[in-house]
Amino acid sequence: MTSPLSVLPAGLLAMLLEPLQQGFLQRALGVGLLVAVVCAVLSCFMTLKGWALMGDAVSHAVLPGVVLAYALGLPFALGAFVFGVGSVGVIGWIRQRSRVKEDTVIGVVFTGFFALGLVLISKLRSGVDLGHILFGNLLGISDGDLLQTALIALAVLSVLLLRRRDLLLFCFDPAHARSIGLPTGRLHYLLLTLLSLTTVAALQTVGIILVVAMLVTPGATAYLLTDRFDRMTLLAVASAVLSVLVGVWLSYWLDASTAGCIVLSQTLLFLLVLLLAPRHGLLARHRQLPLPLDAPPQRS
Amino acid sequence: MASMDVSEPPPTPRIDVRGLTIAYDGIPAVVNVDLQLQAGSICGLVGMNGAGKSTLFKALTGFVAPSRGQLRLDGLPVAEAQRRQLVAYVPQSDQVDWQFPIRVWDVVMMGRYGRMNLLRWPSRHDCQLVRQALERVDLVDLRDRQIGALSGGQRKRAFLARALAQQAGVLLLDEPFTGVDIRTERLIIELLLEQRNQGATVLIATHDLDAIPSFCDRVVLINRTVLAYGETAAVFTQDNLLRTFGAAPTASA
Repeated sequence: MTSPLSVLPAGLLAMLLEPLQQGFLQRALGVGLLVAVVCAVLSCFMTLKGWALMGDAVSHAVLPGVVLAYALGLPFALGAFVFGVGSVGVIGWIRQRSRVKEDTVIGVVFTGFFALGLVLISKLRSGVDLGHILFGNLLGISDGDLLQTALIALAVLSVLLLRRRDLLLFCFDPAHARSIGLPTGRLHYLLLTLLSLTTVAALQTVGIILVVAMLVTPGATAYLLTDRFDRMTLLAVASAVLSVLVGVWLSYWLDASTAGCIVLSQTLLFLLVLLLAPRHGLLARHRQLPLPLDAPPQRS
Repeated sequence: MASMDVSEPPPTPRIDVRGLTIAYDGIPAVVNVDLQLQAGSICGLVGMNGAGKSTLFKALTGFVAPSRGQLRLDGLPVAEAQRRQLVAYVPQSDQVDWQFPIRVWDVVMMGRYGRMNLLRWPSRHDCQLVRQALERVDLVDLRDRQIGALSGGQRKRAFLARALAQQAGVLLLDEPFTGVDIRTERLIIELLLEQRNQGATVLIATHDLDAIPSFCDRVVLINRTVLAYGETAAVFTQDNLLRTFGAAPTASA
């Protein structure tokens, strides 16, 4: 039997496949890929809606929720969800009632929530490992967490795929969405809810700090490659999956932080695309650049 | 002065605005606006920037709630009228993200969403109407282009096609002539007349004062409240325009 991989030198093949023989890595890879797919699909909406900062805010704001849930013996998804959506509610409430600009309000609120989480961790002694929440614990994921992550991820993914046309319209033209009677307020909160839930799912993989990368970078990368939304979604998923594969593999051989390697792969992929994308890349743009009309060629 | 028109005992007006006041943070943007528009008419909405045109549109599209007064479309509250697909809105060009990864066809199809099932799978009928709308605005050949790859006039026509595909009785157009070529302007006017003759009610905010007498049956002049409203010939006078703009406007917009 000849597999396509057989053209690779035996040494390289062994190097590629060796990590997969480790049970804990297979599991890590499985969870990582599932989370990557959900985050990638959501990231398309986040980048098009201009919600990157909102993703950052929600991901940080879930910390006190996770700590409290652990302390009370509740599913951590529940705590994270309440605080994720709650933070957005607080942001909206302050924004509507004050002259402070939205990005400032976001900055104030999410750091406040995050700090509350730090204080709770240090006082409650809940057995929560701060390091795991902040930076992920992909290699030490438990069966219970695995199941929870998988359920959340599949639920979010189904809703995103089934309602993608309404969500897309909501991102593109909320005024039209409203004028044909779509519940734009509910779509807004639907997207926020999906964001909070996805953050919870991704928490295990890359941790709170780097979740925002999963929620933004694949969408941004894909956005540079196509002008069609369905293709953008597929490309985002492909880039996220590739990054997880490369990241987990790198972290095995470099013995370096898994979350760090995954996100770094994403970032490098983005930079590569930014430079080389066929139409929207920097090189392509440079070639297309028209001569400025008001600057006639210099004559000696 | 031509103010509210009471000569004809009207059936339920398509657009019925009574005593409408809208305030942002306690500062009124429009005050005590009255406006009744019947089916089968085109009304030009004219005023300076900041005179409250956009606020009125926001109220008619449900984005702001009246602080006082009421607003009905076909006798229904705005939200209900929207659920019944009675209102089509054509936004100003600067309100659209032209980089958005979406094709002309998909933009026009969005006009049909309100009449589709929850998953928004287009039926053959939906596709037919989208195609007809694109044919009407002469964009069929460009249907697979990304929306931002169109020229200014073509972009406007794409959004007009979306409104046509929606088959709404009330058409709201915010500055449709800004940044379009003369050919598109003629096409838009021709289209609006056609829609009016089929019974639509059209409210169009525009700075293009030259064009108004050629297609608007009525004009409403506003500066935070209605200064004058009625048939174009009676309202569109130098005196009234002077009061609206505070100085004689240069006729070419």
